[in-house]
Amino acid sequence: MTSARGSSWRSKLPAPLIIPAVLAALASLVPLAYLVDVAFDRGAGFLWDELWQRRTLDLVVRSGFLAACVTVASVVIAVPLAWSVMRSDLRGRRVWRVALALPLAIPSYLAAFAWISWESSFAGFWGAFLVLTAVSYPYVYLPLTAAFGRLDQSLDEIATIHGKGSVPRLIVLAARQCRGTITAGSLLVALYVLSDFGAVATMRYDAFTWVIYGAYRAGFNPSRAAVLAVVLVMIALVLVAAEAVARGRAVSTMTSRAVARPRPIRLRSLAIWFHAAIVIVVGLAVLFPLWRILAWVSDHGVEDGVGDVAAALWGSVRYSLVAACITVLVALPIGLLVARYRSRTSLLLDRATYVTHALPGIVVAISMVFIGVRFFRPVYLESPFLVLAYVALFLPVAVGGVRSSAEQIPLGLDDVARSLGSGPMAVIRRVNLPLIAPGIASATALVTLAAMKELPVTMLLRPTGTETLATRLWTHTSVSDYAAAGPYALAIIIFVAIPTAIATSQR
Amino acid sequence: MRLLAHRTSLVIATSLVITGTLVACGGSDSTTPSNSEAPTPSNSEAPETSIAADTNPCDEASGSLTVYSGRSEKLVADLYIQFTSETGVTVDARYGDSGELAGQILTEDSATTADVFFSQDAGALGAVASANLFAQLRSSTLDRVPVEFRSRTNDWVGSSGRVRVIVYNPDLAPTPPTTVDELLDPTWKGRVGFAPTNASWQSFVTALRVTRGEDAAREWLEAFAANEPMAFEKNAAVRDAVNSGEVALGLVNHYYLFEKIEAEGAEAVVAENQYLPGDIGGLVNVAGAGVLDNSDNDQAAQCFVSYLVSDAGQEYFVDRSSEYPLVAGIAPADGLPTLDELDPPAVDLSDLSSIAETQELLAEVGLLTR
Repeated sequence: MTSARGSSWRSKLPAPLIIPAVLAALASLVPLAYLVDVAFDRGAGFLWDELWQRRTLDLVVRSGFLAACVTVASVVIAVPLAWSVMRSDLRGRRVWRVALALPLAIPSYLAAFAWISWESSFAGFWGAFLVLTAVSYPYVYLPLTAAFGRLDQSLDEIATIHGKGSVPRLIVLAARQCRGTITAGSLLVALYVLSDFGAVATMRYDAFTWVIYGAYRAGFNPSRAAVLAVVLVMIALVLVAAEAVARGRAVSTMTSRAVARPRPIRLRSLAIWFHAAIVIVVGLAVLFPLWRILAWVSDHGVEDGVGDVAAALWGSVRYSLVAACITVLVALPIGLLVARYRSRTSLLLDRATYVTHALPGIVVAISMVFIGVRFFRPVYLESPFLVLAYVALFLPVAVGGVRSSAEQIPLGLDDVARSLGSGPMAVIRRVNLPLIAPGIASATALVTLAAMKELPVTMLLRPTGTETLATRLWTHTSVSDYAAAGPYALAIIIFVAIPTAIATSQR
Repeated sequence: MRLLAHRTSLVIATSLVITGTLVACGGSDSTTPSNSEAPTPSNSEAPETSIAADTNPCDEASGSLTVYSGRSEKLVADLYIQFTSETGVTVDARYGDSGELAGQILTEDSATTADVFFSQDAGALGAVASANLFAQLRSSTLDRVPVEFRSRTNDWVGSSGRVRVIVYNPDLAPTPPTTVDELLDPTWKGRVGFAPTNASWQSFVTALRVTRGEDAAREWLEAFAANEPMAFEKNAAVRDAVNSGEVALGLVNHYYLFEKIEAEGAEAVVAENQYLPGDIGGLVNVAGAGVLDNSDNDQAAQCFVSYLVSDAGQEYFVDRSSEYPLVAGIAPADGLPTLDELDPPAVDLSDLSSIAETQELLAEVGLLTR
């Protein structure tokens, strides 16, 4: 295996990939232009004064603590459960596989509100921890199901032969093989928690995004918000670098899809524990918020007509699908480069797409306003610009999806194709793309669902008069009109569940 | 009575409005535009006495307007339709959070696509005003509203007001406090509800800081915190908790009670409002609007803002939201004391922009977050 690794690993990056990859990475950094502008505009003194305050530091620590706890909890939930639905003989595992991904369909602000409106004493750290873990563990779980699905089964057999075949040991063994996937997912979870405002605001956990949103909503001071956001960018840089180290240079020992599916491990008496864990997780993360929303609807009846909901749904579907297709196209070159031609350059390009992911939605939105009025005036507040903003926002999601599926094709396959006379682009077209097609489909689904849930960017950049499910939901919840909000909340969950199920079933 | 005023105003509106000299009249005989009938076409045939200095902005208004609306669609969508049917000016509303829309305007700067910014509160208007992005409003518009409810620099005007009150459950609190200081009495320990993230609550605390100074404000907040108030997610939840008897008192805006009466009928509501005349706790916050300096349809934008403070605009808010009208001669909804009777504290609303510092203080004394 090691001998087959060599050649394409170190070969020169193909220009047809590198140029679009560089452009895409730059596009994802566009929001930073605004932050840099503000920082320079106001001078170093201003920057220092805003940043070097005790409260700023306190909040960075609190946010970091929350992000660390949620990330650890997400891994603890995702690893065994993904393993159980992919590698064991757990009954109903095909249904569980999809059900465990469904929390992705629940926006954090909705989940948080479902809890707090039921029991106000959930406010604080535990409430925020519970809600954020519930909505973000799928970022680890989902790619992991893909990785586990292709793990070479001979590992299990070898472990069993050597008397190390107990279930916990097999889980640890599988997790070790998929370290890269786990760290990449963890990075997304950590960045998500750092940038989240909906859950921490509703749960009143004092986090760093409070001061950033406060700078807009209470301080009416976008410059201060931008400067504070620089802190998040710096934290993101640290995390991104740390993830690169943690992931190491591990090369997959995975088989391609051509190889027979692994034989499931028998759980026997342990099955009940896995069932219980899955029921608890799905219950807390999906069924509880769903039950609360149904309760609003049945308590208050439905106000808005079917027509309003349908119009908003059309708005959501249209923009999120177009954005998802373009985002994945843009992500392909970077994802392929990183997976197939790992070098300093390709790694750097990949990492670049993550940097803005720690920025709260409102900061990205205001950054895009800044860019829009200056450089995209003809399409500012028109559909193309909204789509562009989504692309910049969700590029890392798509890159991650493409990369993790491309990494799982043995590099040896490329070498074989090359030795038979195919050029680098032909290898990608004829060998790689067909093999990662399921990964492409699931990346498209992931971006679709992320765009459907997105609020701040949609609010500020949508064409005048355009409504989406998320904006309608905001319209009603902002005036505490939960009766009217109910149908939109339900529609979001139902229609985001569809791409979620697609993303999951591509395994 | 109102009908009469209405006709008079139409006549006057068709004639002159002289800048400055009308300040003394305080706008009580409604010199500005548009009541419920279309002000424009007939106005253009107005008597010769008309003086260009400050004509009714709706005279020449046409085309369309982009309004960045921090006020909710549910509340104002019908008002915009009413405005369009009376003036022929169409409104493209972009709804959002007032603070975020202010952020958008400040970032768009002179390239803004907004013609009008209609904000939920004065702080966001003040931020746009201090960036010099607003145009001067017509004096005929400004003069409709008392000075304390509009900009000192004449670039935004309040359109409606909300009063902070103590909502109380008469079974649990037969004699509710009449000042915020009485709230600190041990009698009320653990029996007061409030919404820590609510903007109006934070405005009240800001007013407390501005009028009493930082130290006194901190002292009050620490005493309030020591009395173990119960935090709720929203004002509506505070009100419901008072009504159901979960807590005895709640710090909210006056109109939450009327919303509940409207929705569930008077029989379902036992809670009542305790107004706090003359006390800092009875702060009046306003929503309001300004015209962007860079508007490419200034005439229509001026017309829009003048419409908000016209009789028709003011009556809309009275009917639809139980908010306080700010124009003299327009009575608040039934059962509400007048603004004069409430004797609101003398706080300059432009001074209430330091909400960020308020939040910091609230977080320090443990009243904002957990």
